[in-house]
Amino acid sequence: MKAGAVLRRQGPPRLQIKGVTKRFGGVHALRGVDLEAEVGEVHALLGENGAGKSTLMKIVAGAQPPDSGELWIDGVPFAPSSPREARERGVAMIYQELNLCPHLSVLENVTLGRETSRFGVKQLDAARGRLGQVLTDLEVTSFRADTLVSGLGPGDRQLVEIARALCLDATIIVFDEPTSSLSAPDVERLFRVTRRLVDGGVTVLWISHFLDEVKAIGNRFTVLRDGETVGRGDVLQTSTDEMVTTMAGRSVSEAYPRSARNPGAAVLSVKGLAGASAPRDASFELRAGEVMGVFGLVGAGRTEMLRSLYGLDPMVSGEVELRGAPVQRPRPSRWVELGVGLLSEDRAREGVALELSIADNVTLSSVRRLANRVGAVTRRAREAAAEPWRERLSLRASSTRQPVRDLSGGNQQKVAIARLMECGADILLLDEPTRGIDVGARVEVYRLLDQLAVEGKAILMVSSHLPELLGTCDRIAVMYRGVLGAARPREEWTEDAALAAATGGTS
Amino acid sequence: MEAEDPTTPGRSAAAARQVADILGPFLGLIVVVALFGAVAPEGFLSVFNAKTIATQTVIVGLAAIGATFIIRSGGIDLSVGSAIALASVVTALAMKAGLGEVPSALLGVLAGAAVGAVNGGLVTLLKLPPFIVTLGTLGAARGAAKWLADEQKVDAPSGGLKPFMSKNPDLSGLPGFIRENLPDWLVLAPGVWLMGLAALAAAFLLRRTVFGTWTTAIGSNEPTARLCGVPVERTKFAIYVFAGAMAGLAGVLQFGRLTVGDPTTAMGKELDVIAAVVIGGASLSGGTGTILGAMIGAFLMATLANGCNLSGVPNFVQEILVGAIIVSAVTLDGFRSRQRAS
Ligand SMILES: Nc1ncnc2c1ncn2[C@@H]1O[C@H](COP(=O)(O)OP(=O)(O)OP(=O)(O)O)[C@@H](O)[C@H]1O
Ligand SMILES: [Mg+2]
Repeated sequence: MKAGAVLRRQGPPRLQIKGVTKRFGGVHALRGVDLEAEVGEVHALLGENGAGKSTLMKIVAGAQPPDSGELWIDGVPFAPSSPREARERGVAMIYQELNLCPHLSVLENVTLGRETSRFGVKQLDAARGRLGQVLTDLEVTSFRADTLVSGLGPGDRQLVEIARALCLDATIIVFDEPTSSLSAPDVERLFRVTRRLVDGGVTVLWISHFLDEVKAIGNRFTVLRDGETVGRGDVLQTSTDEMVTTMAGRSVSEAYPRSARNPGAAVLSVKGLAGASAPRDASFELRAGEVMGVFGLVGAGRTEMLRSLYGLDPMVSGEVELRGAPVQRPRPSRWVELGVGLLSEDRAREGVALELSIADNVTLSSVRRLANRVGAVTRRAREAAAEPWRERLSLRASSTRQPVRDLSGGNQQKVAIARLMECGADILLLDEPTRGIDVGARVEVYRLLDQLAVEGKAILMVSSHLPELLGTCDRIAVMYRGVLGAARPREEWTEDAALAAATGGTS
Repeated sequence: MEAEDPTTPGRSAAAARQVADILGPFLGLIVVVALFGAVAPEGFLSVFNAKTIATQTVIVGLAAIGATFIIRSGGIDLSVGSAIALASVVTALAMKAGLGEVPSALLGVLAGAAVGAVNGGLVTLLKLPPFIVTLGTLGAARGAAKWLADEQKVDAPSGGLKPFMSKNPDLSGLPGFIRENLPDWLVLAPGVWLMGLAALAAAFLLRRTVFGTWTTAIGSNEPTARLCGVPVERTKFAIYVFAGAMAGLAGVLQFGRLTVGDPTTAMGKELDVIAAVVIGGASLSGGTGTILGAMIGAFLMATLANGCNLSGVPNFVQEILVGAIIVSAVTLDGFRSRQRAS
């Protein structure tokens, strides 16, 4: 089926949402959302961070009740009171944070909560057969029904969730930012799988901040802004610029801001870095005043490289020099003193303190600087320090006192970035810094990085999103199976060359 | 090509994984046995002594079966020792009242289950952390035992409950041809057989039943389990009741062993129980831990105590050794799981 060419059936749409509202205390997450998705289409749900996309989909999946509004599936009213009830009506959701039990096998995960049993003893033969069929349909060869989920990578885990949805005979599958932690080949596979599902009559709801991806896979789209439906249309007949404008309510330049930079001497040099499992061999020099990118597939060892360099994981061998002086036994507190900051890719666990307020989070690494004469850090000082970031990164929050737990995924990421920027480090190690951030705010992050580089700071950025690396970096190195290739100026790279290097092909 | 891929274990690989998981505790046990075999007097490496150790394993072993479920579900139970004491007192009182062995034993098990029900109820209804809840019942159940027993040992006829922990059980009840052909090493205290059967049943429960899978799922990722429709609260409650009942059963046998109901017995046993489960490969963060591992852990602890006694090692050395073993078991486990993650 061609993208965009949805056959309009006679009869009611597969999913219809009318006037749904939802408040969390004083926050109006949804103020009257309408949406219609047809049988056999990929319906993209677009909107800035905090627009209410995840909230709306949680309502569809029965994880949260709406305050008001109505939903229909195939013309029949639908008001699920639990995920289980939604599943029985054919709705399955694949969340932003993946939802599997790592200690259980694929089969146990797929059947969890609806095992067939005789006198309490599991009877999974039928489910095993069905799962085998589904895995074959999905062209899965990398794992089987009895594989433990803890041994699977993010791409495979997502396939397990998709398999679970299919075993449930779901007719509506919701993906919340499914590609944000996948690498290119896994994204390709997900596209293929999704197209197959849609051809088979399944309706897919797809939340994403990557508009090129929406262009490639979507049929129609709905745009949310501040909890309201502000636009809808056909993906093929709408330019990405139009989509962005509708999302933001103003025009946004999607270009990569780039000033003239003049990289100076190497400030951080790493030789032969090896961790317990990965990386196997990583050497690079990071210069003042440049942004250096590290590309690679998920699982290539990029995160492990940053972690063992930063002392979060053991470093098995390697030499590290900072401004010409060797650094022995690196550990995080030492790095912070030396002016080196790290942004973890694991936002929920290491990026932000979920229970603390935005102000507390933003100033977490810089409390010493903010302390007054008696060494106390007043709340006012913290809020004053955090306030500019709220504006700058268009953080959607009622105030900087709001706990970070209540923020949308993208807004949590913005808080993590603000904390790193606020700590005033000269050398920044960033692991997937723009994960989950909307188009407009992403440009703002790129502008920040550019500005820091111009000021002479050194930035190392790990990303799986190749266009952003090509757009913002001065040099790019590619990691493949734990070995970091040489960093080369970005002019020497093309998308194809970088992808080839990341998948072990020659470039 | 995928079939040979070592990262895609099928059923046989899953079995291999289970063997690998049990290997650590098993090697630990062998080390301890070898150590005392070299140091302790000959008596240590005898069939008779092995039986003694097996009998000494029973109390902790039975309780460890229940604790495995709790720890696998991500919880913890500190009230085990007190539950054992309470159950032993209740059994003694029932025997004293002339209720007979079976009803008395059932009452003892029920007393343990009641402690478990209080634990489970508070954990699920009030959403309190199990550590705090069971710290509370650790005191409360002990207090209840003393109150029931009037702060003294309850003398009661132990009747048919006594031979359960006897190393030389009376075999006259068995059919003649079995009695004559029974090899000496199989003549174990009935309590040991009971523990073995309970362990087998519990292993089946954990691996093959829906209840077992839900237990693991809750310990592995509770929000997901809830999202998938697992009745998390109900399952947790059942886990605590089951573990309490196992502690109760241990209490009944403790009464049989002491032949009195002692409200001050099994003081601090909860730590031995947790140690047994952890030495057996469980992680306190939930999702792991096997019955076989816990049994080996319990046996290892009993062997250690026995070996120290026989070789005249002072008590404090034994305590230091137990501490060292727990820490090294957990360290080893950390290594293994990190290795597996890579
Ligand atoms: N549990 C909650 N308590 C308070 N506020 C909440 C809660 N959940 C969501 N919100 C608020 O509702 C709004 C919508 O959040 P939602 O997660 O739906 O955004 P989103 O469109 O998915 O954003 P993103 O693209 O960043 O994931 C946000 O302002 C958020 O702060
Ligand atoms: Mg979201």
